Amino acid sequence: MIGEAEILLEMSECARTGVVTMNRAQEKGIHARFQVRYPGFALDVDLHLPGRGVTALFGHSGSGKTTCLRCVAGLEQAGIGLLEVNGECWQDSAAGVFVPTHKRPLGYVFQEASLFPHLSVRRNLEFGMKRVASSTRKVSWGQAVDLLGIGHLLERMPDNLSGGERQRVGMARALLTSPRLLLMDEPLAALDLKRKQEILPYLERLHDELDIPVLYVSHSPDEVARLADHVVLLDQGRVVAQGGLVETLARLDLPTAFTEDAGVVVEAVVGDHDDQYHLTRLDFEGGSVLVARRPEAFGQRLRFRVHARDVSLARVPAERSSITNVLSAVVMEVVDADTPAHVLVRLDASGTPLLARITRRSADQLAVSTGERLWAQIKTVALLG
Amino acid sequence: MKLSVRTLLKCSLSLLCGANAVSAAEVQVAVAANFTAPMQAIAAAFEEDTGHKAVVAFGATGKFYAQIKHGAPFEVFLAADDKTPAKLEAEGDVVPGTRFTYAIGTLVLWSAKASYVDAKGEVLKSGDFRHLSLANPKTAPYGAAAMAVLDKLGVTSSLQGRMVQGENITQAHQFIATGNAELGFVALSQVYKDGKLTSGSGWIVPADFHDPIRQDAVILTKGKNNPAAAALVAYLKEARAATIIRAYGYEL
Amino acid sequence: MGPLDHVDLAAIWLTLKLASVTTVLLLLIGTPIAWWLARTRSRLKGPIGAVVALPLVLPPTVLGFYLLVAMGPNGFVGQMTQSMGLGTLPFTFAGLVVASVFYSMPFVVQPLQNAFEAIGNRPMEAAATLRAGPWDTFFNVVLPLSKPGFVTAGILGFAHTVGEFGVVLMIGGNIPEKTRVVSVQIYDHVEAMEYTQAHWLSGGMLLFSFLVLLALYSSRLKQNWRG
Repeated sequence: MIGEAEILLEMSECARTGVVTMNRAQEKGIHARFQVRYPGFALDVDLHLPGRGVTALFGHSGSGKTTCLRCVAGLEQAGIGLLEVNGECWQDSAAGVFVPTHKRPLGYVFQEASLFPHLSVRRNLEFGMKRVASSTRKVSWGQAVDLLGIGHLLERMPDNLSGGERQRVGMARALLTSPRLLLMDEPLAALDLKRKQEILPYLERLHDELDIPVLYVSHSPDEVARLADHVVLLDQGRVVAQGGLVETLARLDLPTAFTEDAGVVVEAVVGDHDDQYHLTRLDFEGGSVLVARRPEAFGQRLRFRVHARDVSLARVPAERSSITNVLSAVVMEVVDADTPAHVLVRLDASGTPLLARITRRSADQLAVSTGERLWAQIKTVALLG
Repeated sequence: MKLSVRTLLKCSLSLLCGANAVSAAEVQVAVAANFTAPMQAIAAAFEEDTGHKAVVAFGATGKFYAQIKHGAPFEVFLAADDKTPAKLEAEGDVVPGTRFTYAIGTLVLWSAKASYVDAKGEVLKSGDFRHLSLANPKTAPYGAAAMAVLDKLGVTSSLQGRMVQGENITQAHQFIATGNAELGFVALSQVYKDGKLTSGSGWIVPADFHDPIRQDAVILTKGKNNPAAAALVAYLKEARAATIIRAYGYEL
Repeated sequence: MGPLDHVDLAAIWLTLKLASVTTVLLLLIGTPIAWWLARTRSRLKGPIGAVVALPLVLPPTVLGFYLLVAMGPNGFVGQMTQSMGLGTLPFTFAGLVVASVFYSMPFVVQPLQNAFEAIGNRPMEAAATLRAGPWDTFFNVVLPLSKPGFVTAGILGFAHTVGEFGVVLMIGGNIPEKTRVVSVQIYDHVEAMEYTQAHWLSGGMLLFSFLVLLALYSSRLKQNWRG
């Protein structure tokens, strides 16, 4: 009898919570724990992700991000897994639960679209939609077709589409299953820069207009900074960091792999337009910056990225300098950078984190140390979108 | 016993060159399938007694005819009938005057099962067998003889649905030996050795039930100048060969 | 039809019937086998693939002889069919069908296996993420994508069965309208020195085989153009 009790206790949380799924239905969030082992590669992750917005799985190739996504989709079965999505149990290897892919209410966008070559665009789109009960359809045909701008492609065969068009059809096809979770595996990686630029606005609209949580695999910091709300950094099959985009990118304890291109993302709103100098003021918590005239209207939200290498520090605000954007900030932390010649300084500009990558010599001359208030001079900001 | 590499080489060389001695020669022989067993014994004795070697191919007489007409390298032909050699002779493919009957075939109604076939062949009238095997009467003399026997017994029409045909007498035998046909007509030589059946049960069909199955041999034009061909034909008429032929159930 | 008598025509009709029945059965049996061979990572893949391919290299008479023994009253297949009240298979049309299925198996399985392997995993994964279950995926994605493979498999299976001789010879028993197919009939004509009929039937076979292969290669050419 004791043995039996132990076995019951061994049954992991997912199966037990399954009993109370109804009560927890409101509970948003994704809990994913996977241990997968292949020759030469092992994935071992335990993720707690928000049940809304875009979560980026970010890392270099071979970091396990795609494997992780495939595990969530149920396309990889090996190993130990536990997966709960907004209160529903999709997988619990300890309890022998494995919901097959076709029974998981998810959408999947592959890196190479993977449209069915024997079906027209219209029939590709219908393929998933037809297989979902009409009562559970939340994304309408018109909505998906308009959102991705593919109305004029419907009668074409996939062979006659450009890479970007194919990818948009792939996204619409996934959306039309009204997924409760959308998985995207580097949907832009196979496209050239121009096609990427063509698709990014569609992805942003998707983010803004549909309330579907998205897991987005990418190795491009710009894509992540532009699209993600939440980020999981993966390296060699393990989670290095996870959390909100702004806080996580401003962390200094990440492996060097992530600090070469260190920088922060700032969420801002359009504060004012200066028609005389063709500038736009972007306001954010703790200050504002001036950038070249933006097309966005007053009050619209924008993200920009400030690379650590574009931030210099000064004891006094520079007079007679060409640098426009200077913020007052307090030093929070100083750590070694990716080369011995540099240090990374984490600053707090009245609530907005900043990173500065300066030479060790400058740091010594300025006597940069925790708690000091300095002036952060921002050479350029990279506007995202 | 060890075979040295050199011996093997010598053997293969002599095979390649086709002649290994001055006096001994080779003769290419086409032999009707029903005569397979006695011919193997005769070929061995022939080589032992004369030094000549008989290279033997076994098969259907009709097939050999077609091959001979199209240039097959046979020098002596032992047919399963007398018609085919006569036809070849009429068509000028035979050394004149060499045709003779080397054996008269005996037909047997045979079953692989012991005491299935009775001594008078009554089983053909009463038996509840599903398949009766025989050689194709259109092409094989033994098949034609078998049909004559069935006609004489008056059972042809009653057995119509139960007859299965082998392409030749060998296949007819195979159907019975594997049990797929309970019984059938085969050449006595196929199931007979040293004066008795080697297995199963059988009824040796009396000679007057059908036209005699004369099996004729000829020297073909290709063998005209081969002393081994003449020697083989002569040997077939000698006492030692006759003993072998009789031992397999043929008449002479 | 010219010098062909009703026996010859019966042989032609029987041959076409045998090839049709065999092809339909082979597509039904061969599809799951080809699917398994294309997908499995099992160690049995090698041995099973080799067994399926055996008729490619085996003399048909070997296959025919083993079938004759196995399907005979003392063979294990024969024991089975007898205990099921079906009697034994040699000398019956059903027996020829069984033999032809074995004999033509690789000609159906291999094109199908190639077609399935060429599709790869991705379309099936995509279908699964679009709520299609395994059967749904098979019928609506795999089958349409492997259509050229099915056409090739059907044509080759049919043509190869029409050309079958050694196996039929071994287990057929040459029974008119049951087991006497064209190839055996040709053999009989040659044996009986009836060369005119032999020529007519042989010429017909030659023409038929050529037309089948022509259709096959032309359709492949067309695919290459499109691809």
